[in-house]
Amino acid sequence: MNTEINQVQDQIIEEFALLAGDRESTIFYIMELGQQLAPLADEFMTDANLIKGCQSKVWLNAELEGDRIVFSADSNTDITKGLVSLLIRVLSGRKAEEILSADLYFIDRIGMGGIIGSQRSNGLTAMIKQMKLYALAYKTKLAGQA
Amino acid sequence: MNETVTKTAYQAEEIRKQFPVLHQLVNGKPLVYFDNAATSQKPQRVIDALIHYYQTDNANIHRGAHALADRATADYEATRLELRKFVNAEESEEIIFTRGTTDGINLVASTYGRMAVHEGDEVIISAMEHHSNIVPWQLLCEERGAKLRVVPVTDEGELVYEEYRRLLSSKTKLVAVAHVSNALGTVNPIKQIIADAHAAGAKVLVDAAQSCSHLPVDVQDLDLDFLVSSSHKMYGPTGTGFLYGKRALLEAMPPYQGGGEMIKEVSFEKTTFNDIPYKFEAGTPNIGDVIAYRKAVEFINEIGREEIAEHEDGLLRYATEQMRHIKGVRIVGEASEKVSVLSFVIDGLHHFDIGMMLDARGIAVRTGHHCAQPLMHRLGLEGTVRASFSAYNTKSEIDAFLEGVERVSNLAR
Repeated sequence: MNTEINQVQDQIIEEFALLAGDRESTIFYIMELGQQLAPLADEFMTDANLIKGCQSKVWLNAELEGDRIVFSADSNTDITKGLVSLLIRVLSGRKAEEILSADLYFIDRIGMGGIIGSQRSNGLTAMIKQMKLYALAYKTKLAGQA
Repeated sequence: MNETVTKTAYQAEEIRKQFPVLHQLVNGKPLVYFDNAATSQKPQRVIDALIHYYQTDNANIHRGAHALADRATADYEATRLELRKFVNAEESEEIIFTRGTTDGINLVASTYGRMAVHEGDEVIISAMEHHSNIVPWQLLCEERGAKLRVVPVTDEGELVYEEYRRLLSSKTKLVAVAHVSNALGTVNPIKQIIADAHAAGAKVLVDAAQSCSHLPVDVQDLDLDFLVSSSHKMYGPTGTGFLYGKRALLEAMPPYQGGGEMIKEVSFEKTTFNDIPYKFEAGTPNIGDVIAYRKAVEFINEIGREEIAEHEDGLLRYATEQMRHIKGVRIVGEASEKVSVLSFVIDGLHHFDIGMMLDARGIAVRTGHHCAQPLMHRLGLEGTVRASFSAYNTKSEIDAFLEGVERVSNLAR
């Protein structure tokens, strides 16, 4: 059921393959992705939207559009913004079930853990967890409305 | 410097050979280790001393009636003698082994502090202190009903000295100040600070964590009351360091921790305490690390602290000058007297990102608030990138670093 999610993941894997595992180019690329991410509106840069468990500051906002969840995010560091932009690309605009059941294999396949190190990997895990929590909350909410 | 003396040229490459850790690739590039203010690397002789101790001499010290205990005790005490010379203390009993600088400060706060600081008294620190030289005094002041006063710093990162003079009064019981700022590299005028404190009747503790491996420190010349430092920032093992205290002060102070070694006689009615330094060294100490620590001091002495300081100063001046040409770079900390530390930010880039880009090129720096949040707050910064240089660093490493900074600066928006 997650063909769209997996298609996007496969695209990302292909893009990163062009960097041929060069650490510096990869970090450069992630920072550029971060710089391209649309900034989050000030009203969403609240303490409530801050993700706990990240060394950098990451704000994540989720809104329901029909039966789809739309994520937007911001961070004080470009690398973190780049990482969260990848997650948004994969998970934003999907149904709650799709997000909850998504197997985010692209993270391992592009060797992210080795590139960003253990502290940022923990932060990335915290971001994914928060996105799935939003999905669960909206799923419950939608089920209540049905 | 005496011009008539012909000096041997500084042999950084020869010195590097003594440090096995430096000879490796990190992320495919030769390691450039510029995180020396966090911890320095260890020369082979320190590593050998640790191995030798555990392979041949391991024993508990001071009490064993056997050959190994004798050897271990002699080596342990030899480090105390070496450190006495290193800071020119009058007697070796004035050198107390600690777990490091933080432990030394806590020791003085818990013992001398509790003895000398009472309700309404004041303790003076500066706005550039490491958290280790803030929090123990905060806790002490809270407990005693005393007041913590803070000497402000200028935009350049120097103490506002007139403010220090204004804060000193008969209420001041202790002044605790860094010799060198860990975040900025500022060298504080400790001789004057001590003289002024003494004139006001206050004692002085100097946090020498960042200075001992770079600058000569002479506690008698300074008339210093307490000095604390860490082995691991001066090429020695982690987990040990020392406190120097004047004999009269150490003898008057109550013990820090209770246990073995620090006692003379124990009964359930009363315990009498051992003499200094043992009164402050409860329990089995960190014997192996203390023994290897002597080799680190030997290493520093062999090169000479003035020679190291001169070499590092050359690196710092060169790096600072070149950094001024890189777009967007702002150097943080422009004190007239600095040691080893180049702190900077790049407009439009977060320090974490800069650190990671440099790491990808095998360059190790520190990023963040450097455990000096009040200072960062004063300077209006969340953090900086800090490159800190050591006896084994070279100009070509600075060039690799500058190339990395230049490249990452292109990403600034």
